[in-house]
Amino acid sequence: MTTYLKDIFSNTSNVSIFAMRFWKEVFKPPFEIKEFIKQCYLLGYKALPLVAITGFIMGLVLTIQSRPTMAKFGAEAWLPGMVALSMIKEVAPIITALICAGKISSGIGAELGSMKVTEQIDAMEVSAINPFKYLVVTRILATTLMIPILVVFADCIGIFGGFMGMNIHTDVTLFRYLHKILESLNFIDIIPATIKTFFFGFFIGMIGCYKGFTASNGTESVGRAANSAVVAASLAIFIIDMIAVQLTDLYANL
Amino acid sequence: MKTKESNTSYEVSPQNIINVKGLYMSFGENNEVLKGINFQVKKGENLVVLGKSGSGKSVMIKCLVGLDKADKGELYVLGKDIAKLTYEQLNSIRLRIGFLFQNAALYDSMSVRENLVFPLKRHSKNITTNEIDKAVMDTLKDVGLEEAIDKMPSELSGGMRKRVGLARTLILKPEIILYDEPTTGLDPITSKEISELILSIQKKNKTTSVIITHDLACARLTADRIIILRDGVVFMEGSYEQLEQSKDE
Ligand SMILES: Nc1ncnc2c1ncn2[C@@H]1O[C@H](COP(=O)(O)OP(=O)(O)O)[C@@H](O)[C@H]1O
Ligand SMILES: [Mg+2]
Repeated sequence: MTTYLKDIFSNTSNVSIFAMRFWKEVFKPPFEIKEFIKQCYLLGYKALPLVAITGFIMGLVLTIQSRPTMAKFGAEAWLPGMVALSMIKEVAPIITALICAGKISSGIGAELGSMKVTEQIDAMEVSAINPFKYLVVTRILATTLMIPILVVFADCIGIFGGFMGMNIHTDVTLFRYLHKILESLNFIDIIPATIKTFFFGFFIGMIGCYKGFTASNGTESVGRAANSAVVAASLAIFIIDMIAVQLTDLYANL
Repeated sequence: MKTKESNTSYEVSPQNIINVKGLYMSFGENNEVLKGINFQVKKGENLVVLGKSGSGKSVMIKCLVGLDKADKGELYVLGKDIAKLTYEQLNSIRLRIGFLFQNAALYDSMSVRENLVFPLKRHSKNITTNEIDKAVMDTLKDVGLEEAIDKMPSELSGGMRKRVGLARTLILKPEIILYDEPTTGLDPITSKEISELILSIQKKNKTTSVIITHDLACARLTADRIIILRDGVVFMEGSYEQLEQSKDE
């Protein structure tokens, strides 16, 4: 038990040191812009199909499942607004982030881990190329930018999924459906939900990079890096989400 | 043939391009790997380092380029104390040193051409595409691998990977090349080819080399001088013939 706690503390402090190094290096030239763009493209490309499918299904399922309850209270007219709100505030960010933790964080962990184990990171170091800048900074920036974009994409697809769900039983035009949603959406609802997705992105990238970059030598550590990246990133996502919800709540009651 | 005690002292002279004095290195409390290593390498010399697996040979040359931090000891490379350099100064020294890793450490996601272009482009300001192409082609010709230029590392055999790794260090025109087990894992014929390649590169570019190996054939072919690591110190030193005689005794 004590070793378990010790592990958590030393892990947290090491990750903090790693994050500090990121902030120190991110503003220093030279900037690896080409590699950053390439990573954005690769990450987006990798996660897009999964995010699209799950976003669509969540919107559809949410609508179908909420309908009976809403109908009971005679509030069917609120259904689009409610589905959109839950998609944007909670479902799309969390689902997208978890998918990216599984797909991107583990991918980065495995990639950097195998580069570490096969001495490719050392090879960069000795040819006077800063591997932290080239590999880590670009990837963290890419996830920080791409996760929010993927979330917005999931929002849109999810709302469309909701539209399909509506149309199973009733006949609503897309225009009217969207109109209903816009009526019930507040700008205040969207902003905190968007801000937290940047944090999701940052942690997904950072944890993957940390696990990969610090993998010990030996091939089994590559698998370990990928695996523990998923676990740690998923946990981080829920913790951030909880903090974000608490803060929003506090702010709303001010 | 002389057996060295670990407190022999050496002068730092311009002739000694690498000068290591009392190098200590440990991992954790009870895993002391290096316990006071002393040696120096003269300009243009091929020094072979022999030692059993796990005797700390890799750790030792990683210290030379600052990849591992020594606990104690003086480490002069190209006249600079490696431990006292800033990151930028260390990088400028690293550019003058080539490092061939045990498994070549090619960048898996890049083709052979990109592996060579990657370091070159970063360290040569205002270089034209034509000059890059020519440098890549010339360097690959030196290691005898022009035809593999557009292959990916996963398509190469062990010997070819070593050659590409060598080309990648050569393209930056290093003054010192450090080889970590250049022939390990290769068949005897390929091993011999690589050993001969090491020799021919040293002749052509007038480089200084430190070659880590436990392949005696490679040592015999390439060594001007040999040191043997054992129990964390330099246990023996001499030419191949001298060491061969002493083994018989
Ligand atoms: N990163 C590391 N962490 C812990 N111990 C290490 C590390 N690198 C090397 N060692 C230790 O140093 C010893 C020597 O390793 P190495 O220099 O790779 O041997 P070799 O002579 O075969 O190249 C190993 O037995 C290992 O215990
Ligand atoms: Mg070794």
